[in-house]
Amino acid sequence: MSTTFPGAPARTYDSEPTRTDPPSGRRRRTPTWQRWISPIAIVVVWQLASTTGLLAEDELASPWRVVTAAVDVTRSGELPEGLAISLGRVVAGFLIGGLVGLVLGVWSGLSRWGGLIVDPPVQMLRTMPHLALVPLFILWFGVDETPKILLVALGVLFPIYLNVHAGVRGVDPKLLEMARVSGFDRREILRHVVVPGALPSALTGLRLALGIAWLSIVVAETVSSDTGLGYMINNAREFLRTDVIVVGLVVYAVLGLGTDALVRALERRALRWRPTIAGTDS
Amino acid sequence: MSTPAETAPAHVAGLVRDFGGRRVLDGLDLTVAPGEFVALLGRSGSGKSTLLRVLAGLDDTAAEGVSGTVEVPGSLAVAFQEPRLLPWRSVRDNVRLGLHRDDAIEAAGRALDEVGLTGRADAWPLTLSGGEAQRASLARALVREPELLLLDEPFGALDALTRIAMHDLVLDLWTRHRPGILLVTHDVDEALALADRVVVLDGGRIVADHAPGPRPRHDTSALRATVLAELGVIDDATT
Repeated sequence: MSTTFPGAPARTYDSEPTRTDPPSGRRRRTPTWQRWISPIAIVVVWQLASTTGLLAEDELASPWRVVTAAVDVTRSGELPEGLAISLGRVVAGFLIGGLVGLVLGVWSGLSRWGGLIVDPPVQMLRTMPHLALVPLFILWFGVDETPKILLVALGVLFPIYLNVHAGVRGVDPKLLEMARVSGFDRREILRHVVVPGALPSALTGLRLALGIAWLSIVVAETVSSDTGLGYMINNAREFLRTDVIVVGLVVYAVLGLGTDALVRALERRALRWRPTIAGTDS
Repeated sequence: MSTPAETAPAHVAGLVRDFGGRRVLDGLDLTVAPGEFVALLGRSGSGKSTLLRVLAGLDDTAAEGVSGTVEVPGSLAVAFQEPRLLPWRSVRDNVRLGLHRDDAIEAAGRALDEVGLTGRADAWPLTLSGGEAQRASLARALVREPELLLLDEPFGALDALTRIAMHDLVLDLWTRHRPGILLVTHDVDEALALADRVVVLDGGRIVADHAPGPRPRHDTSALRATVLAELGVIDDATT
């Protein structure tokens, strides 16, 4: 009865093999269709409010208008084009910021000097909201692609750095000792002890970073842009097209959800050695 | 008796270890001959784990506060109190990794057979029971074919029944492979049941050195009382 361990500490050796009691965690899951009741109800109320005139068209378009607008902007190519541009900016910024954060995090986590040199400035800079740099970035780089990509990169850098650093520092020293005694060379220690040990924390950083990446691109494109999703939304505002604005918002939300699901899938695969994740498909 | 190769003993002479002014080991002398099974008994804080860490090369012997002679054979393996398995690698990989040999995978499989974990080679370590995890840890030590095997209270966290099974396993493996063994423990009965020599560590040096005689040992109660007295435990209730 005792072995559903909820937030199982990673290094517990239970006295009973945990494989023999699988499904107890599964019983609590409610059927998924019930989770759709309230979202659907909200959309229905929204539609009713629009049809009865309670909600004016230039304040918020009805759900149905939003759907038709979505079809329109997709057909006209406005949405796919903007989406591709925004996605490109996020991917570019994410790769730059993620790579820099990863390298700095591993270096400062592994070496004494790396920690002494890298950690203080990063810890100071991270307290500053990176979005506040938008005016400065526009002054420095103008309004083309550079400031947008850099803003995403900067937003991504900190969560990746912090979590990779913490993950590397948090690797169990007892496992490192075992590796030394067992004849692991430096590469094997990195590959089999440090990287897998830091991975859970690094993946948390990845999820945080993806959320911030989308936030950054929204802000950057809303402040100054003549391409991308943010431009489509801004342009719609000029013409009081609340339906197109909502389409843009929904696309942002779907993109955020999509990337998050991607990381969750990655997490499930990378951390399948954990009984909590392997046993109860969370 | 199988034929132990003519190898060097593990030898410690005049070993002193200070930790910030506190002297943990104070001129300790100890030799473990090739193929000899030595149990090191001591109260907690007596420095037995410190000695083991020095022998294992985990203590920086070049550091300040260390002096004396330490000679250990070239191949050495350690089984710790916690199994220290990498939870993200299979049991087989845990045994195999760090072993730089062409037949590492086969050797790991054979070692797992020997400790009775044949069917668990592909399991994740967190799915093992405490006894199974400790067997995997023994297999990892064994596969390195050590001349000196250091056991740091490897049965301390196991339940009584599992511990007895593990004692038999260790004796069996030792008889077959004949490494020199230094078993660090605070369990007097364990030491008396397993070892050729039982040495008592107190105040940073060896204060007693017993040979319990040929196995199997049926009545060790007299020696047990002596050793308990040396450890500062008064023992009139149990015998």
